[in-house]
Amino acid sequence: MPEHEAEARQGSPAREVGVFLRRRREQIAQRWADEPLFRAVFTVSRDEAVEAGRTVADALAEVATAERVVDPEAAGFTLVREQLARMAASRARAGLGTAQVSREVDALRPPVVDLLVADLADAPAGRLRECESALTVLLGTLRLVVLETALSEGEALIDRQRLQLLEVATPVIKLWDGIVAVPLIGTLDSARSQVVMETLLEAVVDQQARYAILDITGVPTVDSLVAQHLMKTVAAARLMGAECVVSGIRPAIAQTIVHLGLDLGTVVTRASLADALAHALHRLGADIVHASSGGAGSR
Amino acid sequence: MEAAAGVDARLPIRSDLDLVWVRQHVRQAAARLGFGLVEQTKLVTAASELARNTLVYGGGGQLTTTRVAHGRAQGLRLAFSDRGPGIADLEQALRDGYTSGDGLGMGLGGARRLVHQFAIDSTPGVGTTVTVTSWAGRPPRPGHPREEW
Ligand SMILES: Nc1ncnc2c1ncn2[C@@H]1O[C@H](COP(=O)(O)OP(=O)(O)OP(=O)(O)O)[C@@H](O)[C@H]1O
Ligand SMILES: [Mg+2]
Repeated sequence: MPEHEAEARQGSPAREVGVFLRRRREQIAQRWADEPLFRAVFTVSRDEAVEAGRTVADALAEVATAERVVDPEAAGFTLVREQLARMAASRARAGLGTAQVSREVDALRPPVVDLLVADLADAPAGRLRECESALTVLLGTLRLVVLETALSEGEALIDRQRLQLLEVATPVIKLWDGIVAVPLIGTLDSARSQVVMETLLEAVVDQQARYAILDITGVPTVDSLVAQHLMKTVAAARLMGAECVVSGIRPAIAQTIVHLGLDLGTVVTRASLADALAHALHRLGADIVHASSGGAGSR
Repeated sequence: MEAAAGVDARLPIRSDLDLVWVRQHVRQAAARLGFGLVEQTKLVTAASELARNTLVYGGGGQLTTTRVAHGRAQGLRLAFSDRGPGIADLEQALRDGYTSGDGLGMGLGGARRLVHQFAIDSTPGVGTTVTVTSWAGRPPRPGHPREEW
């Protein structure tokens, strides 16, 4: 028996588990590679699953050697946290709930316990029990670490989606010489309306637009802040020499604006984008007229 | 008598993005209770105003939603609460055009006009709770649609 193992035998059960995990690293990794948690994540190559198993076994060995089997913050776990997060995320994407992921992590225990029992066959029964319980606690902590990373993965995902919600593109469409339109879609909270205003003003300059149509068909709620943003945008565009027309005010929104007491009196509004375009064309002296009546109207 | 069917949800109001969820939640809850499109839009807009006040002036807080029933009428009650500075002068705060910030000053008064029932409980230095209720279809006591409790 190598010297460090003899030492371990006298040391704490946790240390002995650490030594055991290092010694059996290869067998443990091989057995884990066949468990659903690894098998389902590393579908392309079994070697990858085994390699992942080795890293997790190494991390556990380090945590055990440091006698921190109950501590999810133990340094050893930081080495595999990212890998565990990816594995948990992959299982979550496959539609597994937290409880199922938890069960899959639990399933990693029996193969390791079998190996431990075989290795300590000639150790005193009390010692075996202590080591087994240290191993069980360690794997329980591993489960905690996996679930924690799974949860924070979920939060990170939600944060990303929230950001995307804000960053919905604001396309500016040139409808005619001197007429641009911005179809607004989604929420118009402060951050987005700032983007909208900047995009619109840029387009007014670039396209030398005289008319800018803000279509709010896709804006679900028009409250006092949205109205204020619209009015500010209209005022800013006016300073740049462009008149804004707000279109797409649905009947329910119109009634709500009236009850809210908002006065959009200074803003030109039209029911539909088509009406707004007709209005702008008319003001540009490009009335839409029947072909036979002699083409574009006069200024 | 009016019966509360238990608290359905508590939503945090801590960021601009929480306001998005508040609106979506209220819209869905109202639709499930059979609110028509106009009543839905009104309630969601009132919720948007009140939640933003909770965030901006109350320093954040939460929304508690409760389904209420009165006979056969079904309603949705929304309570926006914060532990902010409170409102010293309610009459002033409710006045159209009054703002202590840089808003239009239409939020509180507008929200009151958009719902069937409206109440403010505010103590300076302690916090503010604004509670509103709207009903699917006709409010339970016709003739007093904007009664205060
Ligand atoms: N939860 C609150 N806590 C403290 N003060 C509040 C709260 N809600 C509203 N107030 C006060 O009442 C005033 C009026 O509110 P109201 O919502 O009507 O207008 P606003 O928020 O200033 O502007 P707007 O809502 O039109 O954008 C606010 O400026 C603020 O001083
Ligand atoms: Mg307000």
